[in-house]
Amino acid sequence: MPSLHSNKWFQALPLGGLLLLLALGGCSPIQPWVKPYERNNLADPIMQFSMDPVESGYMHHVYQAREAARGAEGGGGGGCGCN
Amino acid sequence: MARKVAAEAAVVATNPRYPLACLLLALISGSLWAAVLPADRADVMYHSYDGGGVKIDGPAVLVRKSVTDDVSVSAQYYVDEISGASIDVQVNASEYAEERTQYDIGADYLLNKTIISVGYSNSSENDYEADTYSLGISQDFFGDLSTLSLSYAIGNDTVGKSTDPTFEEDKRTQSYQFSWTQVMTKNLLMNFIYHAITDEGYLNNPYRTYRYVDGSGASYLTEKYPETRTSHAFAVRGRYYMPYRAAFGFEYRRFNDTWGINAYNMDLGYTHPINDHWIIDVHYRYYSQNEADFYSDLFPTADFQNYMARDKELSTYTNNTIGFKVSYEIDTGWSHDWLEKASVSLAWDMMSLEYENFRDARQTNRTPGTESLYSLDADVIRFFISAWF
Repeated sequence: MPSLHSNKWFQALPLGGLLLLLALGGCSPIQPWVKPYERNNLADPIMQFSMDPVESGYMHHVYQAREAARGAEGGGGGGCGCN
Repeated sequence: MARKVAAEAAVVATNPRYPLACLLLALISGSLWAAVLPADRADVMYHSYDGGGVKIDGPAVLVRKSVTDDVSVSAQYYVDEISGASIDVQVNASEYAEERTQYDIGADYLLNKTIISVGYSNSSENDYEADTYSLGISQDFFGDLSTLSLSYAIGNDTVGKSTDPTFEEDKRTQSYQFSWTQVMTKNLLMNFIYHAITDEGYLNNPYRTYRYVDGSGASYLTEKYPETRTSHAFAVRGRYYMPYRAAFGFEYRRFNDTWGINAYNMDLGYTHPINDHWIIDVHYRYYSQNEADFYSDLFPTADFQNYMARDKELSTYTNNTIGFKVSYEIDTGWSHDWLEKASVSLAWDMMSLEYENFRDARQTNRTPGTESLYSLDADVIRFFISAWF
């Protein structure tokens, strides 16, 4: 378990990398690479991050009650702010 | 005109001296597509958590409906009924609230490619009251391949104690979230979230106690927590459309806070439709955390340090969860009538928590600190009916 303990550089890496990619995107003539007519698969309901908001919101609440970690749960979450 | 402005902006943006301009250009570039409001639907759910000697169950109802072309409103009613006695209650013989009721209302306003969301939530128990207000903005850009969302929430809680009517403390929570969803390929969707939460005020559970060595045995006193806590969570999740009609989902999240807790979890899932009616979903989740700086199962003395806690959720432990969900969908084909589609779903998750430094203090025949380590298994069941209209 202690092996996870934080190296701040390591923790900042994913976010920094993403911002860099985004910045580079602004500097080059990248066009949207998935055309509207190629999005059939993405539009399938099984591709939703949260297919059933009432159910995923409840699961986030259960995890928040049993675990110290909180936040970044994604769609349908939020919790109630209570203990 | 827009193209000309974009071309001029590109001159500035491609200059490496202006990285911020590059970033802003990335955010606004691309042909923009309209965002869409969430679908109109209603869900009625029965939920049940059964584990560690406690059963918490009750109903939940969530309704979402468009009121105009560009405004959608939602309302949720949710109840937790608590019965049984957890290990904390058995050790301390203390009372907990037996029912919690929560109401949520929200509205989303669509303006071209932007969705502005507001929400309010109230949670009420006989010894705890929480009000939360939230505000969010979400923007689609880059040919609808990217969605950026920012949200802020503020919560004001009042903490009471059923055994002491004069006890009243306040807690304030503020939450800041940044989310980026990206279409990576025609089969892969990714989401990145950073979420910071700060708490100020009374953060204890007023019923919980820490224990300390007292002669040859142990005694208990009310826990002492810091009055602030700030946490950071970063999550990456994705969904991949398989070569046949099915989806593979994954998630990785890291967490740390100013109490010294580091945690991570990962989740792997698979969603498989069978003909036009059934959807089967399975997932496995692993969670791990280390203890808070001020946690101990057994302190050497009553006033060993400023802050002292023995909340098992602040100890070192892992949680393994395996879950199944099955849904049966009926497409009514009544596209012009009030009901378009309906489904019935049953979901069952089995959680197994193994504590590494939280001992089972119910074993009073053992010397304090030598009891066996505590563990708990829990079944989490959701049964719900959904309707799209």
